[in-house]
Amino acid sequence: MQASTLLLLTFVLAVVAYGLGYSRSRALAMPLGGIRHLKSLPFYYGARAALWCIIPGLLVLGMWAAFQDKVIQMLVIGSLPAELVPDTQGRASLLLSKISNVASGALPPGFVEPPVAEAAERLKALRQQSQVYMTALVISVSVLAGFLGWLRIRPRLNARAQVEAILKWLFFACAALAILTTMGIIFSVAFETFRFFGKISFVEFFFGTNWSPQTALRADQVAAEGAFGMIPLFTGTLLISLIAMVVAVPVGLLSAIYLSEYANKRVRSTVKPLLEMLAGIPTVVYGFFAALTVAPFISDFAASLGIEASSQSALAAGSVMGIMIIPFVSSLSDDVINAVPQTLRDGSLALGATQSETMKKVIFPAALPGIMGGILLAVSRAIGETMIVVMAAGLAANLTANPLETVTTVTVQIVTLLTGDQEFDSAKTLAAFALGAMLFLATLLLNVIALKIVRKYREQYD
Amino acid sequence: MTDQRSQAEIVRQSLKRRYRKERRFRAYGILAIAIALSALVILFADIIGKGYSGFVKTTVTLDVQLDGEMMYIDDATDERQLKMADFVEPLIQALMKEIPGATEEDRDAVRDLINPYASVTLRDALQANPDWLGTTQTMTFLTHTDVDVYVKHGDDDAYSIKLTEEQQAWVDRLLEQGLIDTSFNDVFFSNGDSRDPSKAGVLGAIVGSLLTMFVTLVLSFPIGVAAAIYLEEFAPQNKFTDFIEVNINNLAAVPSIIFGLLGLAVFINLFGMPRSVPVVGGLVLTLMTLPTIIISSRAAIKSVPPSIREAAEGIGASKMQVVLHHVLPLAMPGMLTGSIIGMAQALGETAPLLLIGMVAFIVDVPDGFFDSATVLPVQVFLWAGSPELAFIERASAAIMVLLAFLISMNALAIWLRKRLERRW
Repeated sequence: MQASTLLLLTFVLAVVAYGLGYSRSRALAMPLGGIRHLKSLPFYYGARAALWCIIPGLLVLGMWAAFQDKVIQMLVIGSLPAELVPDTQGRASLLLSKISNVASGALPPGFVEPPVAEAAERLKALRQQSQVYMTALVISVSVLAGFLGWLRIRPRLNARAQVEAILKWLFFACAALAILTTMGIIFSVAFETFRFFGKISFVEFFFGTNWSPQTALRADQVAAEGAFGMIPLFTGTLLISLIAMVVAVPVGLLSAIYLSEYANKRVRSTVKPLLEMLAGIPTVVYGFFAALTVAPFISDFAASLGIEASSQSALAAGSVMGIMIIPFVSSLSDDVINAVPQTLRDGSLALGATQSETMKKVIFPAALPGIMGGILLAVSRAIGETMIVVMAAGLAANLTANPLETVTTVTVQIVTLLTGDQEFDSAKTLAAFALGAMLFLATLLLNVIALKIVRKYREQYD
Repeated sequence: MTDQRSQAEIVRQSLKRRYRKERRFRAYGILAIAIALSALVILFADIIGKGYSGFVKTTVTLDVQLDGEMMYIDDATDERQLKMADFVEPLIQALMKEIPGATEEDRDAVRDLINPYASVTLRDALQANPDWLGTTQTMTFLTHTDVDVYVKHGDDDAYSIKLTEEQQAWVDRLLEQGLIDTSFNDVFFSNGDSRDPSKAGVLGAIVGSLLTMFVTLVLSFPIGVAAAIYLEEFAPQNKFTDFIEVNINNLAAVPSIIFGLLGLAVFINLFGMPRSVPVVGGLVLTLMTLPTIIISSRAAIKSVPPSIREAAEGIGASKMQVVLHHVLPLAMPGMLTGSIIGMAQALGETAPLLLIGMVAFIVDVPDGFFDSATVLPVQVFLWAGSPELAFIERASAAIMVLLAFLISMNALAIWLRKRLERRW
């Protein structure tokens, strides 16, 4: 049985368990003189039986489904004759995909060596077996646990307390998933990063000014070692983020000021949602706009001035990214400006300052820490932004500060290194994880600092 | 006294300058808003301008003579014969008849006006109606992409017209006769991806997106709501709870591509799950949207007034009953709104899906959660990278479809909020 059908079946079993538990509790209550002699309502007895049934079943199902492919692969590889056993991970995945292609019928068995064809047969058999075992195990565990739960229904049993305790634990598990996710990110990135630094030296990665991660296809090829210096990626990311900030900060800040201090209610209620629309547009749309409209426009415009501009200039990606970030900056600054106490405003106006003087000399300095926090958050978003730069920035890792030239960014390189088929232990793919680790750390740091500033600022006026 | 007057004088004199500054400052604000809004307008105008023609297809209507001798077929019910038969020749002959002055030498030029897949359409039609053999049928076929481009963008310099002068003259004539015509592009909504722009459609991507979103919704909504309930109602005030909260807030700001790395390392490499399937995409997007849903659900729970809780507790409800029977139903509209907005974000997300391999070229419409699929934004990305302008047109059209989905989801969220939200 397929895992998805089995999943449905476990739910059906749970519903059955609910019905049985419900009726058993009523049946037990009957001779005592009605359900008021039960410790809990029949609903809770039913729910308890259902939970007893479904939780073990789902656990077994989840574990089996998560690990079955890996285990089957290991069994298949292990059963190969010695001369075919792959020596590297890359060969292993190649061989495995060959075997599974034969098994799925995409590749006729006659095209491959007989042992591989045999392995494909074994793979098919193992998959079928695994499915049979999984079905049997999940159903028997669910039924058995449900039966036990059903059997232990007594009128004195506090089913409600038990159900509530289980639910509370479930809720807790859902909340703790956030920790699990963070740990997952840290471990998956850190593990590969350490392996990367086993191949490429620390110094080269952090201080190298050359990035060309072409690893050789053959061992004897010239230029077998790629260069993994992240400085050009780092400066490229900073250049594009800087351009984005130059666009987003003034526009976002000034529109926030206008909307909160000058605009009347009607203007505010129409302009604000329109600005927020900019934030709701998918990044791939911005990427499309940057690559196909803004970039050609910039290079044509520069050409008409007699300046040479790349067709994938940093300026195109950066300015479109800036447009994307405008609503982010404006809504954060709006919050901060509104949090400045009205008394400061009134005091300044009462002294005869104009509105703009109040804004520039009183409110803005008071709101500055909060605005800085918001800008830091926007920077962290800019350096993590992927699609715009993947589509509109180039792949060439130039070490330049000229916005009309092509630069590449950390995120572009991660995507380029990891899309398509890859061996999992080449320095190339590991480099992507190392870059991911740097990106994660940088954004984390920016966020922590920014949130601290914003919180501190908020406390000041609360 | 004189001193005071002169000070008032100074203020009065500076007033003009100060008011000018005030006006200038105000103008800056208006300018900033104008820049932001014009960016929005230009963006939309650009995409609509590039893509509206993607919703138009060019077809040619021909009287096709299904001559068995010409097609090397004598029995249209015979599968083998159908496979071997020549379905291109009748199309060429039919078109040649409509083009006076076309000689045998122009055969190739004539053939290049018809879509390469037109012969498949003809075969399928004959297979469905075997008795058509030997008759003449009036049928409509897609034209070649080059004709499509010429008809739609013949006077646009950005497009390179690949038709020869002679072919252009033929197409103009056929257009006048009404044999070549444009109509609503239903192919775009009923096909998967294709190497041929006129046959490429978004159905595969839409279904892939729906499957992925289904997985995301089914996982992220219950988990997010449960986590929010725990943190708002049950969590003790301790270090561990703080730690959870810090984690959630940080995850909300982690770049989406990092979730792609997580999905690649954990789901694909550790658990050995297949690449490019909606289940893995859904799992990754679930992890990505969870913080958003948790944060908005917590806000919704917080907005339920304590009096409701106290009243329920007062008549003897347990803590769990208070939450499940009273707080949760009242907070539901807010939670739904937040979740819809989170789902809209997930629907537009591309970067993490690139890393888990949802960028493959997939022709078939996916038929399950474990079937290779792509999603709408990734389809946009794939087409946008094509050098052919006909694909760029498709990409813009796909963006419009994507934006239509997003706008309707957001409109639904706003409507729900207006409709169901209660003010206490």
